[in-house]
Amino acid sequence: MVYCRKIFSGIGPMTQKKIKRKSVERTKQIWAAAFLVLPIIFYVGIRFYPTFQAFILSFTDWDIISRNKEFIGLENYRMIMKDPVFWKTLGNTGKYILFGLPINLLLGFSLAYTINNVTGKMHDFFKAVYFIPYITSMVAIAWVFRWLLQPAPIGVINKILILLGLPTQQFLLSLTQALPSILTTTIWQGLGFQMIIFLAGLKAIPLQYYEAAVVDGANNRKQLFYITLPLLKPTIVFLIVTGSIRFLRIFTEVLNMSYQGEGGPLNSTKPLVLYIYNKAFYEFEMGYASALTVILFFIILIVTVIQLRVMKDEK
Amino acid sequence: MKNKNTASTIRILILTVLGIAMLFPFFWMIGTSFKQGSDVFNLSIFPKKASLENYRKLLSGSYFPMWFLNSLIVGGVVTLSVLFFDSLVGFALSKYKFPGMKIIFLLILSTMMIPTEMLVIPWYIMSSELHWVDTYWGVMFPGLMSGFGTFLMRQFFMGIPDDLLDAGRIDGLNEFYIWWKIAMPLVRPALAALAIFSFIGNWNAFLWPLIVSNMIDMYTLPVGLSFFNGEFQNQWEMVMTGATVATIPVLIIYLIFQRQIINGIALTGVKG
Repeated sequence: MVYCRKIFSGIGPMTQKKIKRKSVERTKQIWAAAFLVLPIIFYVGIRFYPTFQAFILSFTDWDIISRNKEFIGLENYRMIMKDPVFWKTLGNTGKYILFGLPINLLLGFSLAYTINNVTGKMHDFFKAVYFIPYITSMVAIAWVFRWLLQPAPIGVINKILILLGLPTQQFLLSLTQALPSILTTTIWQGLGFQMIIFLAGLKAIPLQYYEAAVVDGANNRKQLFYITLPLLKPTIVFLIVTGSIRFLRIFTEVLNMSYQGEGGPLNSTKPLVLYIYNKAFYEFEMGYASALTVILFFIILIVTVIQLRVMKDEK
Repeated sequence: MKNKNTASTIRILILTVLGIAMLFPFFWMIGTSFKQGSDVFNLSIFPKKASLENYRKLLSGSYFPMWFLNSLIVGGVVTLSVLFFDSLVGFALSKYKFPGMKIIFLLILSTMMIPTEMLVIPWYIMSSELHWVDTYWGVMFPGLMSGFGTFLMRQFFMGIPDDLLDAGRIDGLNEFYIWWKIAMPLVRPALAALAIFSFIGNWNAFLWPLIVSNMIDMYTLPVGLSFFNGEFQNQWEMVMTGATVATIPVLIIYLIFQRQIINGIALTGVKG
């Protein structure tokens, strides 16, 4: 320190200040680097390296038991393209999105629109009530719905159908009803989230727009189609993207609701992620399963890029 | 005016009826958990004779208390870690200038786009090589930091004036203390939101805990619950009791922090 001061004493006061500030900046940078060391190791080791490894594994025929990896190039992908179960599960995932998303958005919007017109304590109360399913464990919910949807004479819903004199249904045991039954559970759980986001979007629309519309003599319906919905476009895009990704990754409810957890009956409810899970952790075909995850990764990437594009055009 | 009142009454009526329908599965779950024997199959939410027998069986005759404890440990430790590291990184990325900062931030953000499903296979391989399977560390390590939390904390730290931090520097505090003693207390609401999301997210997490725990006493609640039916031979009242117990801690947190949770979701649009 004494040595430093000796050097500085030879320099003018302005430069001295500059050098001092520079050394303060330097200390700050060293601290910042210290803060970031562990996190950088974490993100490289637990996020980026495994991503890279998944890509590499997808070019091998590795099964975890035999321990020897053989590089087989694009063979896994070639096999996937010829794999009927892959196409079946991809189709099922498509069905979840195609039916689930519009229903979810429509219900979420209607709910938000109605609650938005309720004021005061009741507004907060309804918001809180409809949001509860979203924070509960999907496993618990799946089992509750499985219990409700049991075949006659056990299941509650079938009991109610009998009481009303209607024919009983197979629900989760039926080739055609199992997927909609599981989808209902997913929609029911996701509704609260959609509602909250829509409500935030509705709140962001300036009241003056509606006041001007009333002056111009626009009725409720016109206000809805010419003000509310167009101005909600960013919200809707966001919900379409997060919703698509959510349905693309559908897994927990199918594993817990379908019989033996295999996406049955006859693979009729099995989504892509459940297929990946079975390939990797029941058949131990790690290479093949990794190739499937790479495909999932690219599908999600495309959806996200489309969102960024559309959002950018908005601005 | 009268017209307006009827409209709002109708609205409240519809929302009430739908709300009851919405919560019906929960009512049925809780109702069943107090039922015994053939009463389980009666078409009534209320048990003929409410009994705590199922809860007693759950506590003394199953692994449920163990799973509950596991979930509590995993959720608690991961939440603490996320609070510490995400706010530290968020702070470093918002209050210091150094080369490569932007790239680091973008890289951390980009990890939010990597689907967990893609990572579980390499994580599992890593865990089996390092003997992390069937350990708490094995369940916890992937979640110790999060891109989402870092992003959230960075946003909040950016709103803190630098003068406040400089005041600490003049008092001779080092940078760690400036973060811990000056910056952290100013972002308490964000920390609370992050803690709640992180805990609920980990409490409900299913895919990774399912993969990394093979031994029954290492299961977390959701994993245990998903195998519960097999263990109790289709005793629905037991499954519903388990589901009730798995749901209640989150419901309590929700009742206490309801406003923060809903506002947080609206603000960020993301669940932890």
